[in-house]
This record gives sequence, C-alpha cells and structure tokens, in this order.
Amino acid sequence: MSQQPALEVRDLHTHFFLRRGVVKAVDGVSFTLEQGEVLGIVGESGCGKSLTALSILRLIPEASARTVKGEILLNGEDLLQKDPAAMREVRGRQVAMILQDPQTSLNPVFTIGNQLHEAIARQGESSAKTVKERAIEVLRRVKLAAPEERTIQYPHQLSGGMKQRVVGAISISCAPDVLIADEPTTALDVTIQLQYLKLLKELQESSGMAMLFITHDFGVVAKICDRVAVMYAGRIVEMGPVREIFDNPAHPYTQALIGSVPKMVSTSERLSTIEGQPPSLSDLPNGCRFAERCALADDRCRSEYPKVYDISASHTASCWKATPG
Amino acid sequence: MQRFILQRLLQGIVLLVLVTSIVFFVGRLTGNPVDLMLPEDATEEERQDMIERLNLDGTVMEQFQVFVTDALQGDLGTSIRYRQPVTEIFFSRLPNTLAMIPPAMILAMAMAIPLGILSALRRGGWLDRISGTIAVLGIATPNFWLGIVLIYLFSVSLGWLPSGRMGGIAHYILPTITLGTFLVAGFMRLIRSSMLEALDTEFVKLARIKGLSEFVVVWKHCLRNALIPVLSLWGVFMGGLVTGAIVTETVFAWPGIGRLTYEAVIFRDFPLLQSVIIMDAILILFINLLVDILYAYVDPRIRF
Amino acid sequence: MRRLPLISLGIIFTMVLMAVFAPWLAPYSPTDQSLPNKLLPPFWEERGTVKYLLGTDIFGRDVLSRLIYGARVSLIVTGIALGVGGGIGLVLGIVSGYVGGKLDSLLMRFVDAAFAFPTILFALLLAVTMGQGMVTLTIALSLFLWAGFARVIRGEVLALKQREFVALAKVHGCSPVRIMATHILPNVLNTFMVLLTLNVGVIIVGEASLSFLGAGVPPPTPSWGLMVAEGRGKIASAWWLTLIPGIAITLVVLAFNLFGDWLRDRLDPKLRQL
Repeated sequence: MSQQPALEVRDLHTHFFLRRGVVKAVDGVSFTLEQGEVLGIVGESGCGKSLTALSILRLIPEASARTVKGEILLNGEDLLQKDPAAMREVRGRQVAMILQDPQTSLNPVFTIGNQLHEAIARQGESSAKTVKERAIEVLRRVKLAAPEERTIQYPHQLSGGMKQRVVGAISISCAPDVLIADEPTTALDVTIQLQYLKLLKELQESSGMAMLFITHDFGVVAKICDRVAVMYAGRIVEMGPVREIFDNPAHPYTQALIGSVPKMVSTSERLSTIEGQPPSLSDLPNGCRFAERCALADDRCRSEYPKVYDISASHTASCWKATPG
Repeated sequence: MQRFILQRLLQGIVLLVLVTSIVFFVGRLTGNPVDLMLPEDATEEERQDMIERLNLDGTVMEQFQVFVTDALQGDLGTSIRYRQPVTEIFFSRLPNTLAMIPPAMILAMAMAIPLGILSALRRGGWLDRISGTIAVLGIATPNFWLGIVLIYLFSVSLGWLPSGRMGGIAHYILPTITLGTFLVAGFMRLIRSSMLEALDTEFVKLARIKGLSEFVVVWKHCLRNALIPVLSLWGVFMGGLVTGAIVTETVFAWPGIGRLTYEAVIFRDFPLLQSVIIMDAILILFINLLVDILYAYVDPRIRF
Repeated sequence: MRRLPLISLGIIFTMVLMAVFAPWLAPYSPTDQSLPNKLLPPFWEERGTVKYLLGTDIFGRDVLSRLIYGARVSLIVTGIALGVGGGIGLVLGIVSGYVGGKLDSLLMRFVDAAFAFPTILFALLLAVTMGQGMVTLTIALSLFLWAGFARVIRGEVLALKQREFVALAKVHGCSPVRIMATHILPNVLNTFMVLLTLNVGVIIVGEASLSFLGAGVPPPTPSWGLMVAEGRGKIASAWWLTLIPGIAITLVVLAFNLFGDWLRDRLDPKLRQL
C-alpha cells in the first residue's frame, strides 16, 4: 500500500486585495510533504513562504487576503473545502504550528500552564489531573527544566529560548500529523538556535510527524531538512533533496543563496550578496522574476516564464538555463 | 509590585503639591487676596484679622507656610456664602456625588464595552459605523446641553421624570444618562482600538492555531488584554468624570460637589472654590491609587 | 474617508462667514433690547414673526443676531486660544523632545499632571480670581490644550531626531536653536495642523461650558454657551432659547471633528491613534 503524502499543496494562489492593487503573494505554489519527512521552504523575506504556511492553516488576514485558487490536501482531504467549524477541528489536532517570535507568541496575562492546558484539554482529556500530568510530560519532552515550576509562571518570567520550547510543547501536545515551523529559530540567540534545531529534529524523528520548515537561512536547511523548496516572488523556483541541491544547485537564485551562506573557511573571502530587489508583487513581470538580478538572464528569460525542468528524478527547477543531469 | 504602587503614590503626592501650590499662587496673583477671601461687606476689623491670620503681610513663602500648615490641620478656609468651614460643606455634599457616579459608570461601561468589542470584531460593518457616529456625536454634543434637552423632553414635555434634585430612583435616571453618555464615547473608542490591537497579536494567532473556538479567542485571550489599557488610562477618565459631574450636577440641581463648584464660581466664593479644587485633587489621587492597585493586580507583568 | 467632507466644510464655511460678516448679516445688534417683543418664538411658530426669524429672548434680543455674533465670539476666542495654547504646546514639545534629558523628564511630569487633573477647575479658579473677561477666558482655554500638543509634538520630534538630516545639520555646526527652528519645526507642522483642527471642537465646547457655568464670556456679549445658560430657566416656555444655540454648537464641533479626521487621514495616517 503506497503511503499517501501527509500534505499536498496544489497550485495554491493567495492574494492580497489592497487599495493600491492586487498583491499576488502566493502565486501558484505546489509541493508534496511525505509522511515522516522534513521539507524546508527557503527564501528571502516577502517571498510568500509564511503566507503559504498561513494559507495551509487558513489563517490568512481575512480583511485583506484570500486564497483564490488551489487545493490543500491533508491526509487526502482538501482543507480549502472545509467549513470554518471543520477547519477548526483540524487545527490543533492534525496540524500544528510554531511561530517565529517567542516573545509575542504567548499571551502575557495567562500562565504557561493555563495556555498549555488549553491545548491539551482539546484532545479530549476529561480530568484536570490528567491534563496537568500530560502538560508536565510534554514539557519534559521539550527539555524544559523544572516543568512544575514553569507551569505556574507567566511568559515574561521565561527567557526567549524557554518560551519557544513552551510553544514547541504546545504544538506537539496534540501529536499532529504535520508540524509547520515558521522561522522558529530566527528570533533566538545564536547560541540557542542549534539546541533548538536539535530538539525539533529529535521530536520529529521520535514521533514520525511530517514537518514543514520555513526559513530564510540555507545553513539551517542543511541541518534539519530532508528536502527543500526554494521560493522566490511567490513561486517555487527549485525543489529537491537537500544534499542534491547543495551539491548541484540548478537555479541561479539558489546558487546565489547557497553562495551567500558565510563559510568560515577562507578569511579573505568577501561576503557575497545578491544585488537588487525582488519585483513588486503587485506588478509582476511576465518572464522569470529573477531575471533582473540574474547574471545569466537573456531576452527569453525576461519575456517567458520558464517551465519546470527535471534536473533529476526528484530535483526540479524553473529556469531556462538549467541544465538537466 | 510594591515599587509600582509606591511610585504611583509618589506621583500622586507630587500632583497634590503642584495643585496646591498653583491654587495658592493664583489666589495671591491679584495682589489683593483679602478681597477674595472676605465678603464685600466685611468690616475693617475683619480684614485686619484675616491679614494677620493668613500672614498676608509676610513674604510669599511665609504665607505659603501658613497655608500649608492650616491645610494639614484640615482648615482650608471659610466659605463666604455659607459662612462655614469649607471642608465641612465639602464632605456633606460628597456622598451625593458619589451616589451618582456608580450608576453613570455602569451605564457607560455597559454601553461602551459591548459596542467597542463588537465594533472591533466587525470592523467596517454597519455596527462599527453607527457606533463611530454615536461616539463622534457624543463628543460633539455639549454635556450641559444634552442634559437640558433631556429635561425638556422627559420632564417638561412628557412629564415622565423629575427635572432635578436628588430623590428616588426616578431622579437618578436623567443625570445618569447625561453623565454616562459623556463617558461612553471615549471609553468605546478606547476599547475598540485596544481590541483591534489585541486581535492582531501573535498570541491570538497562536490561539487560533491551537484550534480554539472564536468565542474563546475573543473573550478569553483578547478581552483580558484589551481591558488593561482602559485601566491604565483611568486617570484621564477621572478628570473627565469630575468635569462631567460639575456640569451635570449644575443642570440637574444635584446637591453634590459638582454643583458646589458651580456655586463657588457664581457667587465668587474664592475660599470655597480653592478648597473644592484641593479636595478634588485628594479625591482623584485616592481613587487613582485604588485603580493603580487594581491594575497592578490584573497585569501579571507588574505583579511579578 | 477619501473624499472631501463637503458637508463639514460647508458648515465650517458658514460659521466663518457668520463670524466675519456679522455686522452685515445680523438684522439687529446682539445687545439691542426690545422688551415689548420679548420671548417671541421662531417665525414658523404661531406667535412668531419674520421680523425675528429665530425668536427673541427674555430681554427681547434677537436670537438670530446673537447667534451670528456668537459665532464671531466663539471663533475669535477659539482662534486665540488655539494659537496661544497650541503654540506653547508646540514650542514645549519641540524643546522637550529635542533637548531631552532632565528637562524632558521634568516637562513630561508636568504634562502627566495636566492630564491627570481636570483643567476646567483651574479655568474656573482664574475666572473667580481675575474676574470674568475675554483675556481670562483665553488664558483658561489655552490651559486645555498645551499638554496634549506638547505630548504629541514631542513624540514626533523624538522620531525626527534620529533622522539623517538632523545629524547632517549638527555636523555642519548648526546651533540647537537653529536646528529646532529650521529643521524640526517644518516637519512637525503637518501634525500641528491636524492637532489644531481636531482640537477646535474641544475648545468650542470648553468655551461653551465655561460660559454656561458663568466663567466664560461676560454678558451681555453673546456666546452660544451663555445663550444656553440664559435660556435654561425658560426651557418650558421658550425652548428655542436653549435648543438653537445647542444645535449650533453640536453641528460646528461635529464638522470640525470630521474635517480634522479627514485632514489627518490625508496628511499623516499614522496619527490615527490620536
């Protein structure tokens, strides 16, 4: 029996409808997240990766944005077809998410315990005692020291790293099929980032849940992801196994991204940056969106959006200059 | 938390000292304080008495000393009109004002909180627009005029309610509405904007991610946070309350300290006015302190 | 709220017209008494006449004329108070924000105190000690404004201080006074304008309230607040004496508030929290 993917996103379009025009923040994104794997989505700020995550959970800002097209299949069911009540059942049970900034993710006026119990109680535990025990248990799993004391404390009494562990605990407490982590280490101290990544990897491996890992840092991708999708200006431009992408990046943007990861190898190496800015999402060009900043771009690149090439069996890239094999 | 309370207490005392000093100096501004303190028909003897008592021949600092010493002993002067110690008069009228404030506050909150919350939840909707209009109208309509119009409608024309003075429940209705509407507009805008802020936070997003019902998200997570700014701006509302009380009590001939203030102005009773102001400052200081304690208790970031 | 608020502008314009052209527009002098004609209702009522369009008061003075002249009084007093109070607030805000340090802390303490205590009480105190009059009234009304202006302008200045052109000016050796006057001031003018329009309503109601309480414009000069106070005793028989000036106040304040909101949206939306 073939395993169906944990999550499958097909041709997702989420647009912002603003006074100044339509902003196509997510403009045709498709990917598959297999069960038990970690897929990274990497790209610079504003490329649409966070919005993709929010679109999956259907928590986009309703006043200005809407998912206009696409399918989001969670264990085979299309989330976009669900009514609000059904969607709420999915959240906090089958899908969970870790947000970027631990300082603002927790409600300052309620205790850690309160906010954790809230999530656990949703799983159908009836007695308060069981809920409390489960809370302590899951806090131990995220390696939070002295969990009993922490549960009666308030968020401002914990450090950023501790708070992020609590957020992690909240997410895994429901044993989700898919965990979305939206830049979970970006706001943490560099010294703690590695610890946290290790923790996430452990949790993922021991539970077998699938993880969608969003980041702008290719270095982080290397440490935790199995596969990676590179996103640029609302679309995925390259996707494949991490090892392959690192060894053989096909899209010029990917190459530039990998090149810009500081490698402490040669002391006289200049920090390479990518010149220019991504195009405005309300005024997208017809051709390749990276063409303006690309050294290899020609007229065809600028006028026609590249089709998807198969670089290998599992590695694809959208670039006219990508050489297969 | 103790530090916070102490800090607020200190601020209040500084305010009190400031107010007292200003009142004192304004009184001495005109260069003829005796005239201010005594009725027009005072005898030469009475004038001399007053000059001696208040040390009006001495330097400003000496006069201030007398003033403060008297004040600390509870002597803030004698009312020209009532010929009684002003503190006596003040305390006899205070309960009447205190009686009117809770119903007005409750009315204001009962209207402002639901309207503010619903306006924020259905932002841009018809309810939001109507509430916004009511708020703007509430600010534009002069408080005293509203009171008079209400009297005209419900007392004079319809004869349903009494037109003034204290009495049974019927007497409370119109003044409560007048004072309450004065407060509603400001409250509602504040609650609306703090709810909007709360709705936009990351922890509300996380609450939704957890799959909590919209009801819990709004009433548990948002509201608690939204009410905190309301408490912290309480001081400003207190000021508004006092102002509103002066005008409302005047319109409805309500025998409270607001009307007392009006009388002091109309009859040019300087000692009375002077002490009403100082007593008001003490009252405000006291109530603000109570609210600050409540605030410190409600916001865990201050408590720990 | 993008379109020009025409109705608001219309009301404001009418008021300004009334104020400026009062002597030509008003059919009578506002202080002319005519006892035989006292307490006449507006012309559309039974006993009313077109000679006195909006009726007369207890001294037989024409309500319409008093209304028109009242606009003039309100506008003048409001204008001066805004200028003085707003101006003081502007200067204090700029100095406090730019200079910073102990001066700033001290000044802000005063501002906090001003917010905590109802200014109307001081206005009343001034009226009693200095006597009722236009000067006293203007000073009293200025008190309502300075703290709010100072606080907001200071906030703007704090942000402006960080910007490059200020650093550039310093590098070029400009004195602080020069920087404040030529660099900071023009950049806070937008905010200042918005504050002015938004506070017109506050001052008009403030003046009306003070006049109502007998601490504002001295009779027989007409002021809308004073007219409401004078008409109060006769509310049962002569409703027009209180209703009409009150409606005028409400309309004008409403118009200024709506216009102020529009202006703020156009000039500086980030002031929205005002």
